[in-house]
Amino acid sequence: MSTSETGSSRVKRGLAEMLKGGVIMDVVNAEQARIAEDAGAVAVMALERVPADIRAQGGVARMSDPDLIEQIMAEVSIPVMAKARIGHFVEAQVLESLGVDYIDESEVLSPADYVNHIDKWDYTVPFVCGATNLGEALRRITEGAAMIRSKGEAGTGDVSEATKHIRTITGEINRLRSLTKDELYVAAKELQAPYELVREVAETGKLPVVLFTAGGVATPADAAMMMQLGADGVFVGSGVFKSGNPEARAKAIVRATAAYTDAAVIADASRGLGEAMVGINVADLPAPHRLAERGW
Amino acid sequence: MREHVASLRELGADVREVRSVADLEQVAGLVIPGGESSVIDKLSRIFGVRDAIRERIAAGMPVYGTCAGLILLADELVDGIDGQQTFGGFDATVRRNAFGTQSDSFETDLAIPALGEHPVHAVFIRAPVVERVGPDVEVLARLDDGRIVAIAQGALLGTSFHPEVSGEQRFHERFLQTVRATS
Repeated sequence: MSTSETGSSRVKRGLAEMLKGGVIMDVVNAEQARIAEDAGAVAVMALERVPADIRAQGGVARMSDPDLIEQIMAEVSIPVMAKARIGHFVEAQVLESLGVDYIDESEVLSPADYVNHIDKWDYTVPFVCGATNLGEALRRITEGAAMIRSKGEAGTGDVSEATKHIRTITGEINRLRSLTKDELYVAAKELQAPYELVREVAETGKLPVVLFTAGGVATPADAAMMMQLGADGVFVGSGVFKSGNPEARAKAIVRATAAYTDAAVIADASRGLGEAMVGINVADLPAPHRLAERGW
Repeated sequence: MREHVASLRELGADVREVRSVADLEQVAGLVIPGGESSVIDKLSRIFGVRDAIRERIAAGMPVYGTCAGLILLADELVDGIDGQQTFGGFDATVRRNAFGTQSDSFETDLAIPALGEHPVHAVFIRAPVVERVGPDVEVLARLDDGRIVAIAQGALLGTSFHPEVSGEQRFHERFLQTVRATS
């Protein structure tokens, strides 16, 4: 028998494949992680503060305390993801050493480098990165991202930006499919992405990695809408733990995401959940406070 | 799941997704894909398909489970989450997440004589292993260290790994042969 290989693209992208159709929930401690696992989350995302609190409190947002991440890993047996700042390759090294299952190089935290993202090929642990459009997604994949999530506008409870970004990405993929072979060279230039990757997307009609959506999902119907728009799964950040009844809302979002075309199930899942998180309309956010504009 | 559908269609099968009891009544065999086994268990109960699947397994429906699917087919589960159940079927004990975290996930070649001379390229992603098998369970593959990673019993087939991710079709062929022989 031949030797075995860890950290290959197939292995890294493969875990994201196994999360498809599911909900990944932001958690800040072991207690929240327990609620998420019990509710049927396919993975949890460990971070210092949920985006709504980062927004409210301001200041620099960083990787979580390793103690908290280890407590979360000890509490649950579903995959544990954790956020590192954009370009902060040492936070990523730390998270890899802790044994997290996925690293999110995330615009929700304060960027550590306004020029470069992390060279994600250097790691055995896979990375997920945010994107607002196809070019950004393909640049992250070029740097080694094994999963993409559309960014939306985290911490708002306003789903409109999530809608815009997933529609933009799928729309740009559809446009590539309609181009002739000789037009793909210019398309690659316009997307600022490598030609080989652009050609692959044009041929297959999809990203070479799993595409989740994030940023503003607060209700079962929001989650189901993202799925109907073509997302492979959903990240829910502040939407669960900033709501009136996190247990019930987490379960309801899981159910609606799984049965996303069944309006009767979504209606049933939407009943009696108590208050949704208090929202902020993205239009009311001054541009410097828009997290989606971090990363390029 | 997409890769399973593609593999089975390439082999000439009529494939559909099973999300409800009505869907289940339409199929002669079932593939339970990878995923998070604890979530598949929960959803199967929420959507009311668990009992129907158990009845079909008991009645001899061919089922192929990969990774989480293998966990769900085991009579006994080790290291599940609190309250996690399986459909059962295999007289076997399966350990969930037996290899550690994602950084321990790997791909390797496995010699599986039952499928022919050519080795199987197997992708293990936070994979389970089979820790105990009953007398009626056939062991199809082991890792170098002896741990069991592929088994068969009656109309059931289970692998810890994902042949569909690497384009390996011989397990799907074997599953379809069982479906054709029993329907």
